[in-house]
Amino acid sequence: MNKILFSSISKKFVMALAGLFLLMFLPVHLIINFMLLKSNPGPFNEAAHFMATFPLVRIAEIVLFCVIIIHITWGIMLQIQNWLARPVGYVSGSKAETSFFSRFMIWTGAIVFTFLMLHFFNFYFIKIGLVAGNPEDFYSVAHNLFKVPAYDYIYLSCFFLLGFHLYHAFSSAFQTLGLNHRIWTPVVKVIALIYAILIPIGFASISITLWLFR
Amino acid sequence: MKLLLKIWRQKNAKTKGSFVSYQMDNVSPEMAFLEMLDSLNKRLVEEDKDPVAFDHDCREGICGSCGMYINGHPHGPVPAITTCHLSMRFFKDGETVWIEPWRAKPFPVIKDLIVDRQAFDKIQIAGGFISVNTGSAADANSILVPKKNSDEAFNSAICIGCGACVAACKNASAMLFVSAKISQFALLPQGRIEAIERVRAMVAKMDEVGFGNCSNTGSCEAECPKQIKLTNIARLNREYFKAY
Amino acid sequence: MGKLNSKIPDGPLAQKWTKYKASAKLVNPANKKKLEIIVIGTGLSGAGASSALGELGYSVKTFCYQDSPRRAHSVAAQGGINAAKNYQSDGDSVYRLFYDMIKGGDFRAREGNVYRAAEVSNEVIDHYTALGVPFARDYGGTLDTRSFGGVQVSRTFYSSGQTGQQCLLGAYSSLNRQIKKGNVTMFPRREMLDLVLIDGKARGIIARNLLTGEIERHAAHAVVLATGGYGTIYYLSTLAVNSNASAAWKAHKKGAFFANPSFVQIHPTCVPQLNEFQSKLTLMSESLRNDGRVWVPKTKGDTRPANDIPEEERDYYLERRYPAFGNLVPRDVASRAAKERCDAGFGIGETGLAVNLDFRDAIKKQGKKSIENKYGNLFEMYKTITGIDSYEEPMRIYPAGHYTMGGLWVDYELMTTIPGLYSIGESNFSDHGANRLGASSLMQASGDGYFILPNTINNYLADEIRVPKISTDRPEFEATEKEVRESLQKLMSIKGKQNAASFHKRLGKIMWDNCGMVRNEEGLKKALVLINELKDEFWKDLNIPGAYSELNMELEKAGRVADYFELTELLVTDALNRKESCGAHFREEYQTPDGEALRNDEEFTYVAAWEYTGEGKPHILHKEELKFEDVEMKIRSYK
Repeated sequence: MNKILFSSISKKFVMALAGLFLLMFLPVHLIINFMLLKSNPGPFNEAAHFMATFPLVRIAEIVLFCVIIIHITWGIMLQIQNWLARPVGYVSGSKAETSFFSRFMIWTGAIVFTFLMLHFFNFYFIKIGLVAGNPEDFYSVAHNLFKVPAYDYIYLSCFFLLGFHLYHAFSSAFQTLGLNHRIWTPVVKVIALIYAILIPIGFASISITLWLFR
Repeated sequence: MKLLLKIWRQKNAKTKGSFVSYQMDNVSPEMAFLEMLDSLNKRLVEEDKDPVAFDHDCREGICGSCGMYINGHPHGPVPAITTCHLSMRFFKDGETVWIEPWRAKPFPVIKDLIVDRQAFDKIQIAGGFISVNTGSAADANSILVPKKNSDEAFNSAICIGCGACVAACKNASAMLFVSAKISQFALLPQGRIEAIERVRAMVAKMDEVGFGNCSNTGSCEAECPKQIKLTNIARLNREYFKAY
Repeated sequence: MGKLNSKIPDGPLAQKWTKYKASAKLVNPANKKKLEIIVIGTGLSGAGASSALGELGYSVKTFCYQDSPRRAHSVAAQGGINAAKNYQSDGDSVYRLFYDMIKGGDFRAREGNVYRAAEVSNEVIDHYTALGVPFARDYGGTLDTRSFGGVQVSRTFYSSGQTGQQCLLGAYSSLNRQIKKGNVTMFPRREMLDLVLIDGKARGIIARNLLTGEIERHAAHAVVLATGGYGTIYYLSTLAVNSNASAAWKAHKKGAFFANPSFVQIHPTCVPQLNEFQSKLTLMSESLRNDGRVWVPKTKGDTRPANDIPEEERDYYLERRYPAFGNLVPRDVASRAAKERCDAGFGIGETGLAVNLDFRDAIKKQGKKSIENKYGNLFEMYKTITGIDSYEEPMRIYPAGHYTMGGLWVDYELMTTIPGLYSIGESNFSDHGANRLGASSLMQASGDGYFILPNTINNYLADEIRVPKISTDRPEFEATEKEVRESLQKLMSIKGKQNAASFHKRLGKIMWDNCGMVRNEEGLKKALVLINELKDEFWKDLNIPGAYSELNMELEKAGRVADYFELTELLVTDALNRKESCGAHFREEYQTPDGEALRNDEEFTYVAAWEYTGEGKPHILHKEELKFEDVEMKIRSYK
C-alpha cells in the first residue's frame, strides 16, 4: 500500500489535487479582499465574521489547512528526493529551452509560504488569540498594515512571485492528473496565464490603492 | 579551428574526478564531435597517456550508446540529434567546450564520460514486454490496429534509451523514458492485456532505482534526440491511475 | 574434403523443414533446466534465440559487448523485413521469396536453408506483431508493405525508416521477459575472447569483463554465436564502429570452418566520405531509389552545381544500362555501376567519389509533401550530416561496406564444424549466397534465432542430458584462459607509438582499394603483401596505454584489429580462389563484354569452407558442392 500511496506518480497526484484546491481558494479570498476598498468597514468585517463563525466554513477551513500542510510537506518531500537523484550537478549548467517558471517552484513556493506565515501572524493568530488585536475588526488591521510601505513591498513582491508559482502550477496539475488533450491543453495554458496574471494583479491592486490613495 | 576542451576525467567509480583541459588546434568543421574526440585520443595514445573513455557504437544516431553533456545540453547544443551526429561546424573558433558525463544517482560514472545505465534495463525487465511465447502468435492481420494509434505507438517506440531525458531533467527523472514504453504498449490492443501489471511494475522499479520525480518542466522533451513528446507522460499518469 | 555434411533432410523442398522437425530428437522439460546454453550477441538472432530457448526452459547465459542488449547493431537496419505473407495478393508465395533469394544470391546459397528461411518468415512477422512491434499500417488497420530492390512483389513490412530498431526492441522485450523469469542471465559489457573445447565439443567461453578487465570463465553444454558480420573490415562501413569478427574468428581458430569470406555486400546508397577523419559511413535506405534518380554529368570533371547542369547533359546511367529495373537494380549491380562511373572520371564533389541521387522529378510529379511523408526522416538525417537540403539539390551518395554474406560454415541445423557450436544470423554464411537482397537480413536473423535454432539445438542436446553441469575448473578452461591472458599481454607489451584505430584505418584502405566492389588477381596479390607488411608494423608499433585489468577501450580495439589482420588474409585468399564473378564478388577478369558479372558454374558452384591449420600455415579449402534441384541456374539479368 505504501508503495502505491508514496510512488512518485501518486505523490505528484496528491500535490496536483491539493494545488488545484488551493487555486480555487484564492479567488474567494480575493473577492472578500475587494471589500477592503469600501470606505465602510461593515461588509468586510461581516464577511470576515461569517468566515470565522459559519460551521460549514469552519470545516472548509480545517480542510484548507490540511491541504496547505499536505501541499507543503509533499512538495518538500518530492524536492528532497529530486535533489538526491542528482548528487553531482553540471558545471556547464542547464541551457535547455524550458518553461522558466517551472524551475523555481520550490523557491517561489517557499517565499509564498513565508508570506503565509506573516499573514497568519497578522490575522489568523489574532483570531485564535495568540496575538493581541480585535478579531472583529480585520478591516482596520488590513488598512493599517497597508499604510506601512515595507509591508507593501513585501506584499507586492510575494504576489509577483506567487504569479510565477501559479502559472506553472495550473497547467502542470492537469498534466500530472493525465488530463491532456490536443485542443484543451493549449486552452488550459492560456487560462493558466490569465489566472496567474489576474490573481496577483487583483491582490496587488487592493494593496496599492489602500497604500497610495487612501 | 581551435578549441579548448574541458573534459571530465575520472579513473573509475571509486576515485574522484576533475576537469582536464585539452587544447585542440586542428579541428575541421567537417568533423563529427566524436571524431574530434577520436583525434584527441589518437594524440593521447601517441603520448602514452590514458585516452578519454566514452560510450559510442553505431555512430548514426540510433543505438543510444553515445551521450555526453556538452556546454549545458545533453548531446550538445543542436536539438533533436545524438552526440554522434553533432557536427563541429556548430562550434566557433576559439570556443571553450565543456564535456561532462550524464549526472544522476541511478547513472553512476564508471570512467570519464561513461556512465552505468543499467537502471533503464531494470525498468524494462520489470514489465516492458508483452508475454507471448515464440510460435504462439496468431496471424499478424488478425489484430487490427487503427492507423492513428499505430503511428502514435511508433512515435513513442522510437526512444533509443540514451538517457538524455534523465540527464536534462533538473530532477533526474526518468518519466519520459518510462512513459514512452508504456505509451507504445498502451496504444496497441496487444499491449492492453497486461497494461495494469506493466505500469505498476515499471513505475515501482523506476522509483526503486532512485530516479527523481517529474515536475513537468519539459526539459526532457526539449533535449530528447528523438523528440519524444510530453504527452506520453500524461498518458503514463492516466495509465497509472487506471491501474489502481 | 568429405568433412562437410550439410545434413539437408531428404524429400521435396517444401517438406524438408516439416519433416526435420517431426523427426528431430527432443529434450524433456525437466532436463532442459539442467542444460546450459551460452549465446553471444543480442541482435535479432541472439536476442531471439536467447528468449526462445529461455521460453523452452533451458538455462541461458547471454553476452554482449554493449552496455545494454538493446544496442546491438540490428538496431540500425532501416528499410524493412520481408515475409511471404502475400497480404497484397500480388502473387507472392514462400516459393517466390525463396526463388528471389536464390537468384539474388547469384545461385551460391544452399536451397534447403533458403527455402526454410522463406518458410519461417511469416511466423516472424506474426511474432513481432504480437510482441507489439508497431509496423506501418493501412487505414483499415491491416499491415502495410512496400517493395524493395531486385523483386517484383510488395512483401516488405516496415516501421518508417527504423524497422531494425523496432524489431530489435521487440526482441529485447522478449529477452527481458525471460531475464525476469530467471531463464536467461544477461552479461552485458563482456567480450568473448576464446572458445573452450572439451573432448572436441564446445563447452564454454573465456570472456573479458570490459568494465573491470577481469577474465571470466563461463561453461555450458552448447555455445551459440550470434555475433553479426565483419563489414568493419573496411574501417569505413555502415556498421557500428565496434562491430567485429573476433568471436567468430576465435571459434574459427578452434576448428569452425569459415565459409565464403570474400562475399561482402557493398551498399550503393551511403553518405560519401566527407573528410579524412571520418569514422563511419551512414546508410541512406535503399527505399530512396524508389523515387530518386541516380545520375552523373556527361562531361568529365564537370564542376557546376548539380542544379545548373541541364537535362541533356546528365547521364542517368542505371536507367541507361538496366532499362528493365532502372534505379531499382540489386545492390551489387548499383554499387559497381557507381564505381565504374567514378573511376572513369565522372564522379562529383571534391573527391570525385560520389554520384547524384536526385528527387527533383519525383517532387515535381508527386509534390514535396508526398516525398516528405515517405522519406522525411532520411532527408533530415542527410541534412544533419551534410548540411545539404535534398529537397533543393540532389543527395550525394557513394557505396560503402555493409553486410557480409560469408561467415562461419553451418549445416542445416546451424551447427558449425565444432560439435555444440552454433552460428546464427549474419555470423553464419548460409542464406544469402553471393549477394543479399534488401530487407532479408532482419528476416533471416529473426528466423534463425526465434524459429530455427530452438528447433535444431534439441537434436544435439538430447544426447547431452547425461552430462552434468560443466565445471570451469577443468584443465581445458585453465589452458584456454592462459592463452587468452598471454595474447592480451602480448598486445599490451608492444609499447610502440600508434593507436589501434590508425592501423585499422590503413588496413581498411588496403581492403577497400584491392578487395572491395571490384577485384582482380594483381590487386589481390598486392593486398596480401600490403596486409602482411602492415601486420608486422602493427606488432611492432602498436601502443596501448593503461593495463588489461581495467576498463581499456584501446585494448578492446587492438584485439579486434589483430584478428582482422588474419581474417583479411583469408578474405583475400578466398577472393583469389574464386575465379569467377558472382553477386558481390566481381573479378574484373571474369565479365561479359558489356561489363556484367560472369559466373563459372562448372567450377565454382560450391561453398568455399576454409579450415584453419595453425599460425602462419595456409588454410585448407573444403568444398561443399551446391545442388540445385528445384531451380534452374540462370544468368542473373536485370536489363
